[in-house]
Amino acid sequence: MNLRAIQAIYLSEMARTGRTIMQSVVSPVISTVLYFVVFGAAIGSRISEINGVSYGAFIVPGLIMMSLMTQSLSNAAYGIYFPRFTGTIYELLSAPMSFFEFTIAFVGAAATKAILIGVIIFITASFFVDLQIQHPFWMIAFFVLTAVSFSLFGFIIGIWAENFEQLQFVPLLIVTPLSFLGGSFYSISMLPELWQKVTYLNPVVYLISGFRWSFYGQADVGVAISLGMTLLFLFVSLGIIHWIFRTGYKLKA
Amino acid sequence: MAPIISVKSLDKFYDSGFQALKNLSLEIEEGEVFALLGPNGAGKTTLISTLCSLAKPTSGEIRIGGFDIQDDYREARRLVGLVPQEIPTAPFEKVYDTVSLSRGLFGLPKNPDLIETILRELSLWDKKDNAMMALSGGMKRRVLVAKALAHEPRVLFLDEPTAGVDVELRRDMWRIVGSLRDRGVTIILTTHYIGEAEEMADRVGVINNGQIILVEEKKALMAKLGRKKLVVELSEPLEALPDALKHYDLLLADEGQQIIYYYDQAKDSDIPNLLRDVSAAGIQFRDLNTSQSSLEDIFVDLVKAEA
Repeated sequence: MNLRAIQAIYLSEMARTGRTIMQSVVSPVISTVLYFVVFGAAIGSRISEINGVSYGAFIVPGLIMMSLMTQSLSNAAYGIYFPRFTGTIYELLSAPMSFFEFTIAFVGAAATKAILIGVIIFITASFFVDLQIQHPFWMIAFFVLTAVSFSLFGFIIGIWAENFEQLQFVPLLIVTPLSFLGGSFYSISMLPELWQKVTYLNPVVYLISGFRWSFYGQADVGVAISLGMTLLFLFVSLGIIHWIFRTGYKLKA
Repeated sequence: MAPIISVKSLDKFYDSGFQALKNLSLEIEEGEVFALLGPNGAGKTTLISTLCSLAKPTSGEIRIGGFDIQDDYREARRLVGLVPQEIPTAPFEKVYDTVSLSRGLFGLPKNPDLIETILRELSLWDKKDNAMMALSGGMKRRVLVAKALAHEPRVLFLDEPTAGVDVELRRDMWRIVGSLRDRGVTIILTTHYIGEAEEMADRVGVINNGQIILVEEKKALMAKLGRKKLVVELSEPLEALPDALKHYDLLLADEGQQIIYYYDQAKDSDIPNLLRDVSAAGIQFRDLNTSQSSLEDIFVDLVKAEA
């Protein structure tokens, strides 16, 4: 195991975050805080409680999940796309590293960054609304699993993308709508029956529901299903990455 | 001694169906400077990319330091440093950080003294805190050399190291190659500047259309293929060569001001007879000059013969 190589890439990726702290940490935190202000404080006070949880508190797990997903995805995608774009990937490919080590380093750094942002949002939220955590272990488990899964997914996008437009395509046009429609701001049970059924096709529903359950003990779908879907997503992403590295897809001529 | 690099029957097809390397075999001895010459598109960069794991071989076997580059990729890759032809750099990274990163990637512990020595040797020490994007093209190339040296490779690939660089960097590059050779590092360089191969290489390989068409000691190659040229500068221009000189296979050049005679330096030349006959024909000459064909002439001849 080339631990030094993993460490070198990880630290170099984290240093990149440090250099771009405004863009990579401050701006997602501010935009999420704006949601609390608008939906939690301003509008939320006029919305009735959902199963005994105030609306401001209800949306917190969804908002954290939403930024965790988009941040993991774009950090990981950008992290691997940029060396491809500049050409510096030649050195990574010629280094004595396995693809597994390569993935751990990039995905680890992207997930760390996303988790950091999630934690900051969580702490900020606790100033605005009354949060309770009924299942701390499962909260951390969903938190970390989601960050890792979406970082893996982002890594795939970063290898697949041919240009910056494609790099933005999945986070902006697929994941953001799916997370808005995945119950970040409402309970699925508030929807008409037909739309509830359609919503269950959205994988993000399971992640948000599981995470919200770890806070308030209430979920749109069973926790076991949420966990199963999260793990499924993780393993599918891992499988695709394994295939990419075996075939050299878009990495090796 | 076993060769440090051994390539056997290497084929490389690109997805487009283009065959860049055709049944190529090559052995590089440890400690030598090997110059790989070839026209654009001959397969030089494909060969280097395949040896450095940037491209997958379609078939064939490659061993570096005795290690198969696929089965024992860690051991094989650890030995190899690459300075690519393009100058890819991470624009926001600092010089010192990017050079240190290379060492880490190859699994080596930090060694600030070594990094400092390398940066000083390449005149980069006072730029160590600059971001890559603030450097000139020549400086960036120096950084790429520093990155490759940071992990102390036993084999160094230099893909067109002096393409488009100024005189100073070219001299520095030659000096570095010299000092690496003295330390026993094997160097494989590709170049268009044949003078460079002539200056630095121990052996020369010529690649064309994906095949190695010749590998030879540089000196032997020049002796074997090197023709000498005698130029006789005439006092008065000639309109045509007199019949008495026809059997020498001469050329009349420079609007009749010069007679050019090619001869093989390995054989006894006909120069004394030629000069006597020139005088006998009543032709006055004011100067003589001989030159040996350079590696460049040899190379051009070889590639032409192939085509």
